[in-house]
Parts: sequence; structure tokens; C-alpha cells
Amino acid sequence: MNSYLNKTRPSVYCPGCTHEKITKGLDKALVKLNLPADKTVIVTDIGCSGLFDTFFNVHALHGIHGRALTYASGLKLANPELNVIVTMGDGGLGIGGAHVLASCRKNLDLTLIILNNFNFGMTGGQYSATTPTDAIVGSEFLNHAEIPLDICAIAQSAGATYIDRCSGHDERLPGKIASAIEHKGFSIIETLGMCTGRYTKKNPLTPKALDQMITDLPAKNGIIEKNKRPEYGDRYRALAKERKTFPEAVTIEKQTDLKNYQQQEVVILGSAGMRIVTAGDIVCYAGLCAGMNVSMKNDYNITVLRGQSVSEILISPEKIGYPGIESPSVVLALSDEGVQRRKKIFATLKPDTFVLKERSVTIPETNADVVEIDFRKFKIKKQDWALASLGVMAKKEKAINKAMLTYALKSRFNEKVYLIAMETIEKMI
Amino acid sequence: MALSFMEGNEALARGAIAAGCDFFAGYPITPATTIFNNMLNMLPPKGGICIQGEDEIASMGYCIGASMAGKKALTATSGPGISLYSEQLSFAIGSEIPLVIADVQRLGPSTGSATRGADSDIQFLRWGSTSGVPVIVLAPKDALDCYVLAVHAFNYAEEFRCPVFIASNKEIGMTRESFDLDSVTLPPIVERKMFSGDSYLPFEAEPNAAPPFLPIGGETLVRQTSSTHGPDGYITIDPDVIAQNQARLREKIHSARKRITLFEKDIKENSDTLIISYGVTARAVEDAGKTLESKGKPVSTLTLKTLWPVPEELLIETAKPFKRIVVIEMNLGQYVNEIKRVLCDKKIMFYGQMNGVLITPAKIMEVIENE
Ligand code: SF4
Repeated sequence: MNSYLNKTRPSVYCPGCTHEKITKGLDKALVKLNLPADKTVIVTDIGCSGLFDTFFNVHALHGIHGRALTYASGLKLANPELNVIVTMGDGGLGIGGAHVLASCRKNLDLTLIILNNFNFGMTGGQYSATTPTDAIVGSEFLNHAEIPLDICAIAQSAGATYIDRCSGHDERLPGKIASAIEHKGFSIIETLGMCTGRYTKKNPLTPKALDQMITDLPAKNGIIEKNKRPEYGDRYRALAKERKTFPEAVTIEKQTDLKNYQQQEVVILGSAGMRIVTAGDIVCYAGLCAGMNVSMKNDYNITVLRGQSVSEILISPEKIGYPGIESPSVVLALSDEGVQRRKKIFATLKPDTFVLKERSVTIPETNADVVEIDFRKFKIKKQDWALASLGVMAKKEKAINKAMLTYALKSRFNEKVYLIAMETIEKMI
Repeated sequence: MALSFMEGNEALARGAIAAGCDFFAGYPITPATTIFNNMLNMLPPKGGICIQGEDEIASMGYCIGASMAGKKALTATSGPGISLYSEQLSFAIGSEIPLVIADVQRLGPSTGSATRGADSDIQFLRWGSTSGVPVIVLAPKDALDCYVLAVHAFNYAEEFRCPVFIASNKEIGMTRESFDLDSVTLPPIVERKMFSGDSYLPFEAEPNAAPPFLPIGGETLVRQTSSTHGPDGYITIDPDVIAQNQARLREKIHSARKRITLFEKDIKENSDTLIISYGVTARAVEDAGKTLESKGKPVSTLTLKTLWPVPEELLIETAKPFKRIVVIEMNLGQYVNEIKRVLCDKKIMFYGQMNGVLITPAKIMEVIENE
């Protein structure tokens, strides 16, 4: 192909706008590489640079300001064969900075062409993240209080594997864009240009001045040796390929029959580190082993290693409707923190509610049937109190029985852990 | 019989897999994170892709890109994430990009409570995008629903080429429960309608349907754009073309409204009260209904699973014989406004609660019996 330009949609830029040069430069680069149009996509965002997708006969995705790299990443991950080229102005660079950083870190095989013309052309020449401090732009004095950023320096520290910078008027531009596209990994090419419609009206800027700026800035010519590493897509696919086993749902066969079982509500009140959630799980498994319906809600601190841990379980022969606790049949009070979290329930407990209270735990006044146990006496460590309590429940046939508990532990744990768990349980039975 | 045991979030992920979802991008947020965790375990062995975005905006962008390459994409978040999704949502809605978005709602506003449930976002999901184009929002009441509605959500997303929300809730997403996974009958899978013909215009469509699809990266060149566009996918300022497209975006969902109305109802003869609810609250309503029936005071219940588009015909038809309509919501009154609008000749009572705890069956009975 000798040009990818869409003849029916000629460029519409202001006379002298560098974007025009970059459009032609990109076209020449595509021609040079002879990229298949149907395997090439130009992704753009908002502003004058966001018109790029309309000029070319390739696939196109024009999206929201600053987000072009996010669509580009999705496209490339979904279809690794695609050549994905992103154009972005200094506006998109500022608003989408997080995506530029992430793309540098990831090193997905995308090419980002930044069209830096030092201001927002389309909206009236306001200052951007790259506007020089002393420039006169459409933002009154605001840019005089800030400094411009050097995206190439940032990209390098963020891990970009390929960085180039040149004037948009540089004759080598097509070759430079082509090299950036050819690089396997994330490549950034920053072009400096003139916005004749806005910026250069008050700020003297010529192709020569742009060359001088390039000379004054730290040189960037492509591959960044110290950041060299495998392309993200390849790396991702290699790692993902090792994940071979699809996690099937936990499904528990009915193994024991219960006669006249009434809905049970079990509340376990403990603290982080006491394996409360595991104990709750086991109670559920016990119900499932008896063919019952179960539901479980857990309540723990977002700082998982501290604070209360509460598990609320329903076991019912019927399909469970309301999944909250209304009238507990069993309460395991295993830590003060846990009890504090649900202190209001104690006053509401019925006389036939079974409350197991560890000796060290204080509970509010209650009409329930309270049994105190000193687990330390049984030489049971704190982290096993919840498990041991299940042994007590099974022995007293509160919500679960020994057969249920045994099946539950067998289903929940491997042989080794099962045997250790049973040792603890046996102490209580 | 063997029951499966999982939380709503896992069920939703399994439903997505069953629907053929092969792409997930998300950003961790309680109480939606376990959807992400599950997809991360489930997608790679199936050859799918699961990615963590640098933020929510990026996650949506990844999904949009992947969907435009032909993937079935899912993302999951909670209210604060939906806020960040908004700009990309508008893009996906306006430019007809199929996506499924799970919103495991938590108590807001803002950061609110990460681990407290509420149906906070019911109006936000409908209106949290620019231009007011209709969206589809489904509401599960339990883990089983999460599984089944995920398939419906993908089917609708593919057929109507639009984002479809699953309005879950912390109290469903993070509650583990049993259900008979093997006996569930899932709806047949609907695939995106592909274009077959000669000259493809990416947004040329029947007046009340989504345009046929071709992926970016296929043999035919495809244009996608967030700008106001004509059938060719280029910017247009032609008022007629704009008006036609706006009307179509609306009509494609409105005209299918009856077909995408999902619900459960339990109509009791001799009852003069209909309780309308959705989400986890529906379970308390159904329990309250059972108790009231045993007390000789039967009430009828309607559980909505499609919230948007508002199932107007269903509401009007179901409510017809009832003297009293009661709406119960886990917020201070969001969807009740739709019901008041549709059932404008009925007396509508409302009870809502926004305190981080479930509405109990006892509370619902009190509302019903004391009014
Ligand atoms: S406003 Fe500036 S950037 Fe936009 S077309 Fe004109 S010169 Fe180019």
C-alpha cells in the first residue's frame, strides 16, 4: 500500500499545525512497515490529536479524554495480533497520567504517540501538563505558578522499554514512528509541535526552536536498556497458561439423615485469629452433610488480623428466606470483642438458647442456658476454641451432632488436617 | 441430592462463565472483590483473560476495548466504583458496547460503609450516565439468582449491545449459601448478532434494534467512537441522523421491555395487599408473607428482578386487584418513585431502611399490620 490515508476525510488542521506533519509521518511509517490495515487500529481520545482516527483506513476507536490507552490495552489483550497505535495530546497525557504510568509498567505491546503542543488547542489554548511556566496561554496566570513535566523522564522511571522524542517537523519522524511500532513492548514517542491556532499566537515557536528544545532536553532515542524485559501480553499468557485447574463449586453430598430437624441459628462470636470463619464453614458443611439448606454471613474488621470476627449461620430443612439471625438457638461466646459486637442479642435470647461461654469471656445478662467452659484446662489453644466448641455442640446435639460434624470435617479438610481437628473435637466429646 | 455452597459473588462469577464470559477487568473494592478473585481463578484455565486495572476507569476501558474485539466482558465494583465508571458507561451506552457490570452495592453515600449492605445505587445505575439513555438493571435476591441473572445479563448485553447491570448487594454477594446448582436450568445463550453482508456501516441498524457487530481486528474495518455519530461511525451534526440514533438507543430497550421483565410473584386469593420488593429484601418480604398467611392475614408479593427498564405492564396488571400496595426497599425510597409513577391511581405505602442492617420479616409485618 502506498498510503493509508482516507482520501474522503482529509486533514482539517489549522494551517501550519504540526499535527498535519505527524499525520503524514504516521502514514509513511505504516507504509514503510506495510502493516495490514485490518490488523491495525488507531486509538485516540479528545482534542485536535483525537481526530487522527478519522484520517486513516485502518480500524479506529475514538474514546474519552485520557483513556485511549485503556481501550488500546483491552484490544491488544483480546487480540494480540493487532498493531495498536495510540495518539494523545498533552491534554490526554495530563488527565490520563495514571494510564500512561500503568502502560509503562506493564509493557504491553502498544505504541503511544504523544502530540505535545504545550496547550489545549481545541478548548482555547489553556495550559496543560507540559506548558512552560513562562508561556502566555489562555489560562491567565495559572501556568506561571506550575512547572511542565517531562513525560520521557517519567516514562523511563515508570519502566517504559522504548522512549523516543523528536520535533514533529523532524524528517526522521516516519522512521522513528516505524521503529517505535516495531518495538515489541510499550513504546512512547513524544513529538513536540506548534499549535498555530492558539499557542504560537503569543509564544514565538518555530521548527528551529523546537529542534533547540529537543537538543536542550535529555536525549531519548529508543530502547531503554535498563528497562528491558518481556512483553506483558506474552508474560501474562505464559503465566495464565500454568493455571490449568478450573475451580469447581464446593458441593456436599447428603450423608446422614435427620428426623424432625427445626431451623437452627448459630452465632459464633470471636476475634481475628480464632478461625471463626472456618468454624462457621464447618457448621455449614455439617448442615449440608445432613441435606439441610444453609447460609452464612461473616462480619470481621477490614484490618483482618485484628478485631472481632463474627459468623452467623442458618441451618434449615426449608429453603432459607431472610438470611439474617432472628432468634439464635446457639451462641458461642469466645471473645469479648465478638460479644461486644453483638451485645444486644443476649437480652433477647430465649431460655432454651444454648450459650457456650469461654471462661475468660464476659457476657451481658441473659435468660439463655449458659454453659461455661475453660478451654485452657483442656489444653486447647485459643485458635482452636471455636473448633472445640463445635465438639461441645455435637456432644450436646445443639444444631449439629457428631455424625454431621465428622462428615463436615472430612469434607472440609484433607486427611491430615481432619485427624488433627478430630483430636481437638474428641477432647470435648 | 448434593447442594453447592457458595457466596453470591462466586455464583455470579460462575454464571458469567456459564454465559461464555471470556474477559474480566476490575479493581478491588469491598464487597465486590470476590467476584474478581473468582474470575481470576476461573478464567485462565478456560483460556479467558482476567486483568486488574490501575483504577476503575481503566478497568472499564479494558472491558470496552476487549468487547470491541469481540470478547464477552465482565467487570465488578461497588457504588464508589460505579461513580468512577460513569464516563466509560456513557461511552458504552451511547456507542453500543456490550458489557456486564456487577454492582455489589454497599451503604453510601460516597465511601460510606465498605462492609454494610444497602440498595444504594438503584436510581444511580439508571441515571448515572449522560443523556438519559435507558439501561438494563437486574436485581438478584440470592446466590442462585446471581448465577442465573448473570446469564440473562450477558444475553441482554449481547442482544441489545449495551451495558447491563447486576444490582447485587453486600448481603447477597458476601453471604454464603446452599443451592442446588445442578438442577438449575439456565436460559439459552444469546450471541452477538454478527454482520453478514457487503458494505458494513458499524451503526446501521433497524429502528428498534442494535446494529449487527463486527470486531475491531477483523477483515472489515470497524470504527468505534464516543462522539455523536451517524451509521458510518463518523461525527455527524445532521439533526435527523442524530434524532434517529437517539430514538433507536431508547427504542431498542423500550420495545423489548416486556420480554426482559424478570420477576417472581405469589398472589394469594383473599389478600388486599400487594408487597413489592427486590433484592435481598424480597426474602424478608416472602418470609413475612408466610407468617402473615399462617395468621390468616394473607398478603401477595411481587419480587422484581428486572428493575430497569421499569416493568410497567407487569406492575399495572399485577397491582390491579389490590387495594393497598406496599413497597419495601433497603434505602430511603428510590424505586418506589417508579412504582408511584406507574401505579398513579393506587395508594402506595413505603418502608425503607438505610442503617447497614437487613430489614427483618418482623419489621415488615409491623408495617403491614399497623397501617
Ligand atoms: S487548534 Fe492548534 S492543535 Fe488544533 S488544529 Fe489548530 S493548530 Fe492544530
